[in-house]
Amino acid sequence: MVPLSWFLVLGAALFCIGVYGVLSRRNAIGILMGVELILNAVNINLIAFWRYRTPDHLTGLVFAVFVMAIAAAEAAVGLALIIAIYRTRNTVIVEDVDLLKM
Amino acid sequence: MSLPQILFLVVGVITLGAAVAVVTSRNVLHSAFLLALTFFGVAVLYVLLDTPYLAAAQVLVYIGAISVLIIFAIMLSRKVAAPDLVQRNSQWLLSLIVAVLLFGVLAYLTLQTAWPAAKQALGVDAIGGLGEAFVGTYALPFEVVSVVLLVALVGAIIIARER
Amino acid sequence: MQDNYGFLGLYLLIAIAFPFVALGVAYLLRPKRPAPVKSSTYECGLETIGETWVQFKAQYYLYALVFVVFDVETVFLYPWAVAYNRLGLFALVEALIFVGILVAGLAYAWRKGALRWM
Repeated sequence: MVPLSWFLVLGAALFCIGVYGVLSRRNAIGILMGVELILNAVNINLIAFWRYRTPDHLTGLVFAVFVMAIAAAEAAVGLALIIAIYRTRNTVIVEDVDLLKM
Repeated sequence: MSLPQILFLVVGVITLGAAVAVVTSRNVLHSAFLLALTFFGVAVLYVLLDTPYLAAAQVLVYIGAISVLIIFAIMLSRKVAAPDLVQRNSQWLLSLIVAVLLFGVLAYLTLQTAWPAAKQALGVDAIGGLGEAFVGTYALPFEVVSVVLLVALVGAIIIARER
Repeated sequence: MQDNYGFLGLYLLIAIAFPFVALGVAYLLRPKRPAPVKSSTYECGLETIGETWVQFKAQYYLYALVFVVFDVETVFLYPWAVAYNRLGLFALVEALIFVGILVAGLAYAWRKGALRWM
C-alpha cells in the first residue's frame, strides 16, 4: 500500500520542477513544456485525492479528464502561436518578442 | 516494503529525473523526448492509483498527441544551422530558489498532515461511472469542452496556416 | 489484476532488453575489420550536401492538430460508450451534440485545406 502522502510529495515535486521550467526557460516551447508538467502534477493530486478520500464520487476523475482536454487545447493554440511568431519574427525566444515594450 | 511501494519509488525517481532533465536540457528536442518519458511515468502512477482508463488516456493524449505536437513545433521553428543557444534566462537562479522553497513548503505541509492511511476498495465502476457523469452531472462542461476543442482547432488553423 | 500488470511490465522489460541483446550478440560475434568506405554514411549513395536539418512545412502541424482534437474526443466518448446501455435517449442526444460540434470543426479544417496532403 502506497501512502497518500507519497503521491502528494511527488505531485508537489513535479509541480515545482514545472514552475522552474516556466520561469527559467528562454525558449517559448520550453515554457510550454513546463506548463504541461504543472498540469500533470495537478492531475496526480486530483486522482490521488479522489482514490484515497472520495472513491465513491467520481468528481476528481472527471476533473482530471477535463484538465487533460484543456491541456491539449492549450498546447495546440500555444504551439500555433509560437509557429506564427517564428514565421513573422524568426525567433522562439520570448525575450526577443517585445514589440509592445517600446 | 511491498511491491507497489517499490514500483512507486522506481517510477517516481524515473519520472522526476526525466522532468528535471526536461527543464534543464540544453537541447529542446531532448527535452521533448524526455517529456514523453515523464508522461509515461505519470501514466504508471495512474495504474498504481487503480485508474487504468486514465493511464490509457494519458498515453493516448499526452504521449500520442501533445508530445508529437511539441516535436512538430520544434522541427518547424528551429533555425536552420543555428548554434545551440543558451536556454536559461537571467533569472534562472531566482527561479530555482523559488521552486525549491515552494517544494519545501508543500512537502513540509504534506508530511505534517495526518492523512487517513488506508485506501478503501474501489466500489464503483470507474469507466462507466465516468460516462454517466459526463452526460449527467457534468453535461454542461462536457458540451463546453467540445466548444473549447472546436475553438482551439479553428483558432490554431487560422494562426498556424501558411498564407 | 496485479498479475495482468505484471505481464505488462515483463513485456516492457523484454521489449527494452531485446534490441540491446540483439546488438550485443552481434557485437560479440561479428568480425571487426573497419575500413573508411564501410564507415561512410551511405556505402552506395551520395553524401548529403549542406545541412540535414530541413525546414518542415506548417502543414504537418495542422494534421497533428486535427489528430489531437479527435484524440481528446475519443477519451470523452469511450466512457460514454461503456455506459451506453445504462443511459437513456437524452444521453445519446448529448453525445451527438458533442460530436456534431467537433464535426463542424472538421468541416472547417477540410474547407480551409488543412487536410490536403502536399
